[in-house]
Amino acid sequence: MSVEIGLFALILAFVLALIQGLVPFWGAYRRDAHLMRLASWLAVGQFAFIALAYGLLTYAHITDDFSVLNVFENSHSLKPLVYKISGVWGNHEGSMLLWVLILSLFGALLALLARTMPAVLKANVLGVQALVSLAFLAFILFTSNPFARLFPVPAEGRDLNPVLQDPGLAIHPPLLYLGYVGFSLSFSFAAAALIEGRIDAAWARWARPWILTAWIFLTLGIAMGSYWAYYTLGWGGFWFWDPVENASLMPWLAGTALLHSALVMEKRNALKIWTIFLAIVAFSLSLLGTFLVRSGVLTSVHAFASDPRRGVFILAILVIFIGGSLALYAWRASRLQAGGLFSPVSREGALVVNNLLLTVSCATILVGTLYPLALESLTGEKISVGGPYFNLCAAILIWPLLVLVPVGQSLSWKRGDLYGAAQRLFFAFVCGLLVLVLIVAFRSGGPVLAPFGMGLAVYIICGAFAEIISRIWRKSEGLHALWSRLAGLPLSAFGTAVAHAGVGVVLLGLSATGWGIEHIVAIKPNQPVALGPYELVLDGLISRHGPNYEEAAAQMSVRSGGVIVARIEPSKRNYAARQMGTSKAGIVTLNLGQIYVSMADANADGSVNMRLYWKPLVTLIWLGAVVMALGGLLSVLDRRLRLGLPVKAARSKIPLAQPAE
Amino acid sequence: MTMRLRLILMFMLFIQPFALHAVQVDELLPNPALEHRARELSAQLRCLVCQNQSIDDSDAPLARDLRILVRERLVAGDSDEAVKAYLVKRYGAFILLQPPFTLETYLLWLFPVICLVAGGLVVLASRRSGAAVALEPMSPEDEARLRHILDPNSPE
Repeated sequence: MSVEIGLFALILAFVLALIQGLVPFWGAYRRDAHLMRLASWLAVGQFAFIALAYGLLTYAHITDDFSVLNVFENSHSLKPLVYKISGVWGNHEGSMLLWVLILSLFGALLALLARTMPAVLKANVLGVQALVSLAFLAFILFTSNPFARLFPVPAEGRDLNPVLQDPGLAIHPPLLYLGYVGFSLSFSFAAAALIEGRIDAAWARWARPWILTAWIFLTLGIAMGSYWAYYTLGWGGFWFWDPVENASLMPWLAGTALLHSALVMEKRNALKIWTIFLAIVAFSLSLLGTFLVRSGVLTSVHAFASDPRRGVFILAILVIFIGGSLALYAWRASRLQAGGLFSPVSREGALVVNNLLLTVSCATILVGTLYPLALESLTGEKISVGGPYFNLCAAILIWPLLVLVPVGQSLSWKRGDLYGAAQRLFFAFVCGLLVLVLIVAFRSGGPVLAPFGMGLAVYIICGAFAEIISRIWRKSEGLHALWSRLAGLPLSAFGTAVAHAGVGVVLLGLSATGWGIEHIVAIKPNQPVALGPYELVLDGLISRHGPNYEEAAAQMSVRSGGVIVARIEPSKRNYAARQMGTSKAGIVTLNLGQIYVSMADANADGSVNMRLYWKPLVTLIWLGAVVMALGGLLSVLDRRLRLGLPVKAARSKIPLAQPAE
Repeated sequence: MTMRLRLILMFMLFIQPFALHAVQVDELLPNPALEHRARELSAQLRCLVCQNQSIDDSDAPLARDLRILVRERLVAGDSDEAVKAYLVKRYGAFILLQPPFTLETYLLWLFPVICLVAGGLVVLASRRSGAAVALEPMSPEDEARLRHILDPNSPE
């Protein structure tokens, strides 16, 4: 019964989305306050019904209701509870339902939080949001019904793909979707601006927290996905330039560009038309990503759940929304007024270069990802565009951008002073150079670029905080004045510094991979094997039963100078329901680096074939992404951006403002 | 070897067909320099059956055959280029993860350059059109006032 209620709730949500996709536009056009206000209620209602449907599908999974096709195909009564919950989005239908759930969540959040937003803008934004929602609800209802029943009811399910039964998968898709789908709001903001034909700095102030929020989640989602691949796929790589990974990286690059151009728009009222374009592009790339993953047009390591039949439907959605929004852009963009002049050497100028490099990187990845498809369909010729191509292009485009990050931060708005910026960055530059020299002097081996990467990373990290120092530091002033200035800085200044420092931290991790060590060995029990600064000993082999699998594990100890510093347990599992095996790498983190052991087969002489890795500082790759996200969070929390706060802030300002007069 | 250990090893051998592994011990060449070249090469070659994985990373039996083939060619004295050419002749350019610079891929390789130059020109052009209204430098009086506003302790 609850399953039918779920489907019914989904249909009701579809109807609400239909109304929400019509009425607010009409209301905004007629300037009818009642009709416009209706949009908020519809958005909340739509979210409530989709949440109900989602909750009921989850309930069916938890209670092993194998009469539901989706549960039968992806669950098993013995599967641990957490994977019963995460299994809901570990398949096509469920993940699309999560997609619209998050889409409507953003709509509802905007409806509830942005109370002081101009009514016309809000109505138009929620209207566009509902149109996106409508398209995807139609997709679910017509091609991917998660509530389809099965008769006769099977006694047992087919279990979830073992590769997906992992804590990483429990977090990765929701984070990624929060990012992907989060850009729907910036898209809706852009479309609303175009429909209204009006755009100003206030628009950017309203849109920016949502852009930042989406960006934070996408950053975390990509990092989580990368770490998941790193420990699951068993050979210690963390980025494969797989089309599905590219599909998430492209919106991230466009989103990063958008975040910076929206900043220029808010502060200086410039780059407006470009910002609108980027907002459309960021979400279009998210849609493209959804298409690439969900249609199965690219078969890749990640394409676990895909079905080409549905591809056509998503392609239609893609064409309508991307084509429609770009047409709207072409038609209306000329009405928007450009504004805000600035000299080439200024923070705006640096951000223009930032945008140029980021969008070219994004376009290069797009072309590289789609080129083999296009070439094959045009000429029948099959080529591969893989890691080596992307690494080369990314290196050429990203290095100059990284060098520029602290420079841009040190330039002032409108008209900058290169000499002054160089002075402010002098310390950071010296630190970077020092690290480079020290590494070259004391460390031999490894690729040539690695020491440069480390030096650049240190320069970025120090440079990130140079702006804050230059803003609070005045000669001949006591600590107290310094402290009060520091406390007076807006949170977003810290946000920028922390996020940029995060970039440096990621670069540290990436550069350190150059000094990684790999051994492929047949390891015998109780015979130590040297691995970088450590020694590994195979103490024994054990076998055990998991809830829905059998497992063989190697028990190993990691020693440093004869002392055991850690234990490590790589294993192989066999999942009975699908007759599939997975191998679990044994990983232990030591001093920010990791020892990574992946087990292959056993030999007749009692030895076990293994791949052993020592990866110095490797955790910084993902920790850096977390630091970047943290920087984004600080910016979102800045009171000037916090929704509905301007009123309160203005009130509290009165007594404070007097002494400055 | 105890009975228990033997059982575990048998169990592992039983699992093995489901989870083969990338480069294995028995494939390695005794000559470290050649082996290093073999690894570098296999990272640039695509496994033909599993999408988007190099033969160095892939668990597929075909990838293993290719890895062994690469090593055989290297031991026979082929240069890196000769090994690639040999494989391209057998399997087509599809096997190269980094596509060669040929008629079909001119656009692919030149695209980033074209894009960067075009983008740069657009930026310059949009500056030109705005350049007529150049920014006036601030007068010294204005600058002093501004300094006073920013920092009340400085002299006006």
